Amino acid sequence: MSSTPPLLSVQSLDIAFGSHRVVKDLSFDLHAGQTLAIVGESGSGKSMTSLATMGLVHYLNATIAKGRILYRRTSDSAPLELTALSDKEMRRIRGKEISMIFQEPMTSLNPVYTVGDQITEVLRLHGDYSRATAREEALRLLRLVRLADAESLLKRYPHQLSGGMRQRVMIAMALACKPKVLVADEPTTALDVTIQAQILAIIKDLQKELGMAVIFITHDMGVVAEVADHVVVMRNGEKVEEADVATLFAAPQKPYTQALLAAVPTLGSMQGEALPRAEPLIIFDGEKVVTQGEATLQDTVQVQQTPVVSVRNLVTRFDIHKGFFGGVSHRVHAVENVSFDIQPGETLALVGESGSGKSTIGRTIQQLQKSTSGDIVFSGKPVAEMSRAEKMTLRQQVQYIFQDPFASLDPRKTVGFSIAEPIRTHRLMGDERRIKQRVGELLERVGLSPEHGERYPHEFSGGQRQRICIARALASKPKLIIADEALSALDVSIQAQIIHLMMQLQREEGLAYLFISHDMAVVEKMSHRVAVLHLGQIVEMGPRQRVFDAPQHAYTKKLLSAVPVADPHHRREHLLLEGDIPSPIRRVGDEPTVYPLDEITAGHFVSRNGASLRS
Amino acid sequence: MAKFLFYRLLQALFVLVAVTLIVSFAIRLTGDPAVMLAQGAGSITEADLERIREALGLNQPFLVQYLNFLKGLFTGDLGRSFMGGTPVGDLIGRALPATLALAFASMFVSIALSIPLGVKAAVSRGRWPDQVIRVVSLVGLSFPNFWLAIMLVLLLSITFNLLPPSGMEGWQSFIMPAATMGIILTATNVRLVRTTMLETLRSQYIMVARAKGLSDSVVLYKHALRNCSIPLITYFGLQFGGLLGGIVVIERVFNWPGLGTLAFDAVAARDYPVLQGVITVLSLLIISINLLVDIAYGFVDPRVRKS
Repeated sequence: MSSTPPLLSVQSLDIAFGSHRVVKDLSFDLHAGQTLAIVGESGSGKSMTSLATMGLVHYLNATIAKGRILYRRTSDSAPLELTALSDKEMRRIRGKEISMIFQEPMTSLNPVYTVGDQITEVLRLHGDYSRATAREEALRLLRLVRLADAESLLKRYPHQLSGGMRQRVMIAMALACKPKVLVADEPTTALDVTIQAQILAIIKDLQKELGMAVIFITHDMGVVAEVADHVVVMRNGEKVEEADVATLFAAPQKPYTQALLAAVPTLGSMQGEALPRAEPLIIFDGEKVVTQGEATLQDTVQVQQTPVVSVRNLVTRFDIHKGFFGGVSHRVHAVENVSFDIQPGETLALVGESGSGKSTIGRTIQQLQKSTSGDIVFSGKPVAEMSRAEKMTLRQQVQYIFQDPFASLDPRKTVGFSIAEPIRTHRLMGDERRIKQRVGELLERVGLSPEHGERYPHEFSGGQRQRICIARALASKPKLIIADEALSALDVSIQAQIIHLMMQLQREEGLAYLFISHDMAVVEKMSHRVAVLHLGQIVEMGPRQRVFDAPQHAYTKKLLSAVPVADPHHRREHLLLEGDIPSPIRRVGDEPTVYPLDEITAGHFVSRNGASLRS
Repeated sequence: MAKFLFYRLLQALFVLVAVTLIVSFAIRLTGDPAVMLAQGAGSITEADLERIREALGLNQPFLVQYLNFLKGLFTGDLGRSFMGGTPVGDLIGRALPATLALAFASMFVSIALSIPLGVKAAVSRGRWPDQVIRVVSLVGLSFPNFWLAIMLVLLLSITFNLLPPSGMEGWQSFIMPAATMGIILTATNVRLVRTTMLETLRSQYIMVARAKGLSDSVVLYKHALRNCSIPLITYFGLQFGGLLGGIVVIERVFNWPGLGTLAFDAVAARDYPVLQGVITVLSLLIISINLLVDIAYGFVDPRVRKS
């Protein structure tokens, strides 16, 4: 590959916002047909790099302060210096020879134009198409990205499509002019794993077919291992390390890469283990890798005691599509006949795709959402029979941690105030001095210092804010913490630290967790039991080891198979779930069939509907 | 859609009844029209006044007078003017086109100025074109409209004798009143266009459009502007209502033969039927503009269309 000159060559590139450099002295080459992954955590400069190759950084008011990007149209032609082209010249390359797909499929398409308009627009801009031939070509492109019913799709608007479908339309648009380079900036991050697997497969196939080179920007080491030939690791705007994918995963040279790889939860890492294990923390302290703590088995479940919470035949539905006179035409069947127990000290994970009802279950337990029927029993008492005071105690004993640590703290209150709020609300302490002392203790408990209580949320990083949210949850001495995708917005190194903290708190305080997540690898690491949800019903539930090592239900198998594994020698054939995630919205009167669960071994339940899922 | 229209029609009816009721009641607080009519007719006795009142139907209880007005309204008869007995329908029929023409001309001036200026300000945010546009629009905001109107007349009609100072004769006479109203509206609209545009330009689909290789003008005027138009249409619709109110003053200054002048004279003369007629027609106008705005949403935003 190195005998031919590179297709794209980034040389000593500096990108700056004013005097603040976000990319520093970055160089790498991209060869024809190659997939180059640029990995890094937030703030590493990877997205700015991708925009620079498109000549788009000036739209974000950033400038290319130094360096150049060279692009060769053919291997024997002289290189074109993209960074020196006028905007008009660059527009002829942008979208035609180098094109890009973006992270957020939900906002990538213009809401007021049809899919057809948006695809034919690129075709007619760069190619020699009439209205009719452009339409034909758009149809072909939609079929290329495996979208069924392309004819009617042309006339539809983005809001009528799911995230996965929109991302395919985006890919069709990016590939419209058969580009030589495709820049994909976190193209699957916002999607469910099953849809991610579909999209990755499409990009891979089309890359082969069109002979494109791909720059794949991602933070997900699993995806890197799956798709990349060559990897550039970035941190704080600088290149840390560069190697071919096998070498990088087998023998990372730089301490940062080693720490990064160590922090990545890998599916299958707990094979053969009955209990979750808190791993020692491997941290990059700026110069070298430091290991903190030691591996500890998470033997915390108190089987003999009354469950913290028992959910029995829970049904939660929402009415939608109200008619003119308030009549209900459709309902969301979010949760259908779900039952489970959580013991003190136990972590039960709820997993499933978007719309599977996992968050609704969490919200219903916390009484943030009314159930339609069924019982929720706390420490032996059904919620329905509780007095106001008992319900208040319940709110104290069950705490919630949300996904977005930025949105879940009041920006105008000090974090100390936010942490003290549950203590005041539930009148756990009256004396202001003792409250302040308790807040300090809680902050230390989550690895911050008491002085942090005086500061405001914007002064903290995402990981620190999630620690603050955990401190707030701990403030009312809960028995159960519901963590709803609480780790999803965090970088892997931070994620590893929060997992470590949550497991430590479980050992020391005997907390039970209801851990709601779409990330199977994290679930494998920290849960005792797992419930797999599909369209509001549990399709499989059992000890983590049973569900992960010997999944019984077809859906569980497919879900597990879609997860990319952070090991390039382990590239597997995915059992692809075709089509879209099914919708839990049904017409009134069209009741879903509720399938019974069979106990196949002790505590391992499998639904009888094995065959009825999309295949 | 049919359901929606039916619902809006009911709403319109309610608004119309409420507005006319308030106006009819309020105008009767201004004094007795019989006294006005009798002025200059020498010595008037209380019996003479009573006869005038009887002739005009003013001796009946308020509610009866109002119901008579409503009955007339639904049969298309707005009554006759107390001054000279011309049918109110005829008076309004003559004045309405003049007012509408002026209102649309003003809106046109404002939109034609504020969209390109607002877009320009948004695109060059923080740099000199943005600063200049913002300062000028602030100055524009601070002018009272009648003052601007008088200044224009002094300058263009009296000093340079370029344009007719008043009346409605030919297209030249539109320039000054439409410019006065238009410029004042533009001052606020530029800021609105700028803000919505800035918001839209931050959307990812704008970056996607740029990544396609589209030129700046296509990105701005095709991809961004249509997305801006939803808040803009709402605002322009509301503004049109305000505009009809503001036009009364401008019509006076330019002696424009429209509804504003008609209403002004009717108030001065306590001419109840004319005033009630004008207000009714104005409220109908505002209601229909709002309805048009709602329908227009569907055209620009497919997300609204279905529900």
